[in-house]
Amino acid sequence: MSIRKTMAIFKKQIKDTLKNRTVLIQFIMFPLLTIIINSAMQVEGMPKNYFVVLFATMYIGMAPLTGMAAIISEEKEKNTLRVLMMSNVRAGEYLIGVGAYIFLLCMLGAVVFGIVGDYQGSAMLQFLFVMSIGILTSLLIGAAIGTWSKNQMSATSITIPVMMIFSFLPMLAMFNESIGKVSRLIYSQQINNLMSNIGVLELSFENVFVIAANMAVVIALFVIAYRRSGLA
Amino acid sequence: MEQKNRIVTDHIAMSFQDNVVLQDINVKIEEGEIFGLLGPSGAGKTTLIKILTGQLKQISGTAQVLGMDNRSITREGYAKIGMVLDNTGLYDRLTCWDNLALFTEIYGISKDRIKVVLNKVGLEDATKRSVHKLSKGMKQRLALARAIMHEPEILFLDEPTSGLDPATASYIHQLILEEKGKGTAIFLTTHNMEEATKLCDNVALLNKGQIVEYGYPKNICRKYNFQNKIQLLLKNGESHTLTNDSSSAELIGNYFKNNAVESIHSSEPNLETVFMEITGRRFE
Repeated sequence: MSIRKTMAIFKKQIKDTLKNRTVLIQFIMFPLLTIIINSAMQVEGMPKNYFVVLFATMYIGMAPLTGMAAIISEEKEKNTLRVLMMSNVRAGEYLIGVGAYIFLLCMLGAVVFGIVGDYQGSAMLQFLFVMSIGILTSLLIGAAIGTWSKNQMSATSITIPVMMIFSFLPMLAMFNESIGKVSRLIYSQQINNLMSNIGVLELSFENVFVIAANMAVVIALFVIAYRRSGLA
Repeated sequence: MEQKNRIVTDHIAMSFQDNVVLQDINVKIEEGEIFGLLGPSGAGKTTLIKILTGQLKQISGTAQVLGMDNRSITREGYAKIGMVLDNTGLYDRLTCWDNLALFTEIYGISKDRIKVVLNKVGLEDATKRSVHKLSKGMKQRLALARAIMHEPEILFLDEPTSGLDPATASYIHQLILEEKGKGTAIFLTTHNMEEATKLCDNVALLNKGQIVEYGYPKNICRKYNFQNKIQLLLKNGESHTLTNDSSSAELIGNYFKNNAVESIHSSEPNLETVFMEITGRRFE
């Protein structure tokens, strides 16, 4: 593994994403929406940081997943990934370079959520820790989708339903008990539950088991996708 | 001086399920040699490049690239290979400079090389221009700049002038010849016969996955000169086709004595007509 090459991919991704509005907007949209809605809407009886937790969960299910899938599938479609592989860049170096960039960008968004939620000290660290686990899981799902897909079109057709499940199911679960029974099996619901208890955070067996099981399934799916399609 | 083999293939064969795309491919490319793989679309040209660059594994036969088995080219090996693929593989949103800067970091070479190669391909004025604003010819020159930036020992060029205007194609030919002059072995695929005749030291004509002729282009053309005729165009507009032997010598001599000859051509076929002669197919 070459750090120099991983950094080269990382720097390339910074320059490229800054000029790619469709990807960039996904990282900005939810933190911005949270700032606006949190300051504009105050409903009596609403749990503290309701909108922060709601939008942070959606952000986790959406931004890293769609960002990673979009970047990889675009590189495959435009042949740039093949050129990288033929120029002595390893799949791991590429994935870490791109993944680290998206992870850091999403963590910046997480800091914005944390500031809007007025988390301080250990509460802020707990919030960022929980967010980072969710972001990492979504990144792996995005990587699996991007690797599986031959082009952006096929990536989008998989990304949208997957992203909707992980982003919206926790919100729908608030209003529907039956959905809640299914929703508790997905990592974004567990992340949502943990975020609702920031400050008095306690990891339950269910939290850890569901998140770990989701991660294991996602890693297995990524391996299958990589073996089937490869990166280039 | 002893020439070094850069690429040697031995009875390479490839198929996708039951569809045989390459069979019994034997080529040898030395340093400073331009080798042209010619054939119509679907003949198997790109497949052979993919095999030689380790992107595909052949079903039988062996290939040595820079002395390494093509199925296990090392990282150091890839650093000695440059490529211009059928699709340029450039980052559209990045500038010419940024596209090349990425590869200087990957190869661990000085950024000074960026300016050198951009000047070389005539893109010095487009340094800060985004790739999506470049013309097709400029993109192709940028892809070539990227391929030669790390001074590779082998250059794979897959249809490098396809769809380009004659001036840009000629510019790229000049760059290819410069690389040859430095000792780079160049593997070129094309279906442009004129280009192959102009550039290549050796060509292989590929038809349905098989090499049907191999050698120096002019020698191949001479070999298939079955008509062996001489065509004369006289200043009075008359055209004569004569056999290319001693029986025509007196007549041709008289035309020259009378200063009547406008032009004279031998009837040697070009590579395209040779291909048609052998396969009964046209280049598409």
